[in-house]
Amino acid sequence: MLPTSSLRDALYRFGICIAALLVAAIFFWLLADLARQGVGRLDWTFLTTPPRNAGRDGGLAPILVSTFLIVFVAMSVAAPLGVATAIFLSEFTPAGGRLARWMSLSLDVLAGTPSIVFGLFGGAFFCVFLGLGFSILSGGMTLACMALPILIRTIESGLRSSPIEWRLGAAALDLSRATLLWHVLLPAAAPSLATGLSLGIGRAVAETAALIFTSGYVDRMPSSLFDSGRALSVHIYDLTMNVSGGDANAYSSALVLIAFLIAANSLAFWFSNRIFGRRVARA
Amino acid sequence: MIAYIADTDATAGSGRAAYTLGPLAAGPTCCEPRPQISVENLTLAYDGRAALKEVSLDIFRGCVTALIGPSGCGKTSFLSSLNRLSDLIPGCEVEGRILFDGQNIHDQLTNVRALRRRVGMIFQRPNPFPLSIRRNLEMPLKEHGVRRRADLDAAVWRSLVDVGLWEEVRDRLDAPALALSGGQQQRLCIARAIALQPDVLLMDEPCSALDPVSSTIVEDLIASLRGSYTIVIATHNLAQARRIANFAGFFWVKDRAGVLIEFDHCQRIFDSPRHELTAAYVGGRSG
Amino acid sequence: MTLSHRSSSSRSRRDTRLVAAVATAALGSSAIFVLIVGFLLKESWPALSTIGPARFLFDPAWRPTEGLFGLAPMLSASLAASVGAVILATPLGVASAIFCRHYAPPPIGWIHRWSMALLSGVPSVVIGLWGLTAIVPLIGRFEPPGASLLAGILILTVMITPTIALTSGAALDSLPDAYGRGAVALGLSREATLAHVLLPAARGGVVAGILLAAARALGETMAIVMVSGNVVQAPLSLFDPVRMLTANIALEMAYASGSHRASLFVSGLMLTALVIALAAAAWRLSGDRCHG
Repeated sequence: MLPTSSLRDALYRFGICIAALLVAAIFFWLLADLARQGVGRLDWTFLTTPPRNAGRDGGLAPILVSTFLIVFVAMSVAAPLGVATAIFLSEFTPAGGRLARWMSLSLDVLAGTPSIVFGLFGGAFFCVFLGLGFSILSGGMTLACMALPILIRTIESGLRSSPIEWRLGAAALDLSRATLLWHVLLPAAAPSLATGLSLGIGRAVAETAALIFTSGYVDRMPSSLFDSGRALSVHIYDLTMNVSGGDANAYSSALVLIAFLIAANSLAFWFSNRIFGRRVARA
Repeated sequence: MIAYIADTDATAGSGRAAYTLGPLAAGPTCCEPRPQISVENLTLAYDGRAALKEVSLDIFRGCVTALIGPSGCGKTSFLSSLNRLSDLIPGCEVEGRILFDGQNIHDQLTNVRALRRRVGMIFQRPNPFPLSIRRNLEMPLKEHGVRRRADLDAAVWRSLVDVGLWEEVRDRLDAPALALSGGQQQRLCIARAIALQPDVLLMDEPCSALDPVSSTIVEDLIASLRGSYTIVIATHNLAQARRIANFAGFFWVKDRAGVLIEFDHCQRIFDSPRHELTAAYVGGRSG
Repeated sequence: MTLSHRSSSSRSRRDTRLVAAVATAALGSSAIFVLIVGFLLKESWPALSTIGPARFLFDPAWRPTEGLFGLAPMLSASLAASVGAVILATPLGVASAIFCRHYAPPPIGWIHRWSMALLSGVPSVVIGLWGLTAIVPLIGRFEPPGASLLAGILILTVMITPTIALTSGAALDSLPDAYGRGAVALGLSREATLAHVLLPAARGGVVAGILLAAARALGETMAIVMVSGNVVQAPLSLFDPVRMLTANIALEMAYASGSHRASLFVSGLMLTALVIALAAAAWRLSGDRCHG
């Protein structure tokens, strides 16, 4: 019996290692393709010149600006709303209460909603119903709705993880809830705020489907938030699908997009630490 | 009343329930013979399960009152009912009366927040906020309306001097409080409490999370605060209670609920306890 | 120095204002989903009331300009692609999670986990671009044109494998150490411990992760648009070009109007319902795991 079972174990082990190897190989294949095909055109002029010839030539300048504006709008709407909601859920609703349960459920469902549905909603609500048209504002607010659940969840867990001693101490000193929150709990939850923001930005930058019907395709430099603006991901989509011979620029743009994702994550972390660093002690 | 013995058949003396005035009724010289807090028949339950039953005792102005007894006998619950911190614990119910300067703190009219400002509390584990040393002290003061820079600086200086921390931290007031040692953190918490000029300080095992050296320093500090503040300290360190307390109350667990067995002058609790359980506990034969 | 200049009532008022503000925000954020469903219903109402729900399922074809609204070919393509991707990604993802924790030396396990996290964050449009230029030509060499159900399945697999790896990894991590130690103490091999103790114990979390991954696959749009060919037909072979429900919305929304537009909202509604049903099943499973 022993030999059989050790043979089975060896097969099992072999299968697991092969599967893991396969996954790693696919990942590096993807990475290598991106790097190999994208790095060729990547230079400073690519980032600073407007696209020409429907994007086959030229660079990304207006697209980068639009992308930044869309993400900026999304985060300025989502961050305050997310922080406030997280505060309400973690501080003012009894755990397991009915209101908190319904709110959490609604946020969980929102987190699972497909992005194309956000696109449909954003197009119907922000563009048509609120009359914002195809604009950076519409796109940004649609993305704000998308990024909200993950933002709320991370901040909420950060607030909940602060030690009970602080709350008791604050009550014994007769501090108001507002003071406790503003001076103690929120600064202590700053790392989770940074994580939430970077996850939210990541989700926003990566998004395409929700933007096609909200912020549009126009690849000119936007002059205001009410202008249509083409996000980087939409640009990649358009180059790949609608422009023959756009693949080279699409790959370079994809590389920029991924660099942007990594940079956004690091930046959010650094920024939030800098704001709160003076207050937060690292024990 | 000053002395109290539980109504059980186990009393070491006469065997009857006794509310007796001890011979030291005037109290030690630091104390005023007036009770500041009178607790009458306090019963406290979590989700219907009693944690404390029918506790009655008086806490005297300017004295140190030590609550001794094994863990789980309700000392912490008793303390947190004195400043109504027990309100924050879900499912916690309190019965009986607690008179603070003659006013029942559970009255509708009592302003809980005013009560908590008059009653400072020190916790078992030092709990400075994750702020600088200075802001730990200033934030509560600002909250309570102290705005002028000079007033704030004076209060920070005063309270740090009072807890003997000034010389140690004067050069690094803006350093994070959490970088201090455990004993320093605990003294900072005491400074934070007395900066608000309370009448009463509640201390829940303030030395038990500290190393022996820090523990001695904090203990000396508590002794030096005697007379300026009414101090109620829960401790399971009998030697400490004996060194710093004027009065002592002995709690014990009976039927899974904490009860007060004996309350008297500290000296009498330790030297001539009248209840068998007290005698066994302070003599090191139980607990 | 005087304390308590500011009356406690003014501070209570501040607290009341704070509660009011954050409660309003919280109601607002929780109302977004209601708003979304409301708008989907409102926009799809013309189609639902005049065409009727049944015809979306049973019309023989999707020619909305000619009055045929059958979503069935696209629904079946969506389901086929998602099921195929889940079948491929589940062993890969679970094996990756096990590999990182129980087989790989720590630095390699760490790198593997890190690349899973990175891969799960790669935007779908980038995966689509890669699929179109790397996978589709590869399939096209054997069975032209290449853009097909199979390409869709493979691309979805690449996208949801990290999801499954991360969630089942988290489920394995949440098991008490004692489980593994107990099994080893009984003389079970590492493989037997995994197969008979750890994986069954983590089953709830793993299955919940798979369901969430399936929901992600169903809702995925851009990558699918780019690689699967976009021909409206029921998927009869792996090499048929097909069009998923999501892709249909993305492709036609730009020019649709009238009942055509309304029926696109109907498909959005259908998609939302499917995804929520999957997510609900996932929550139920992970909830059960918590209760023992």
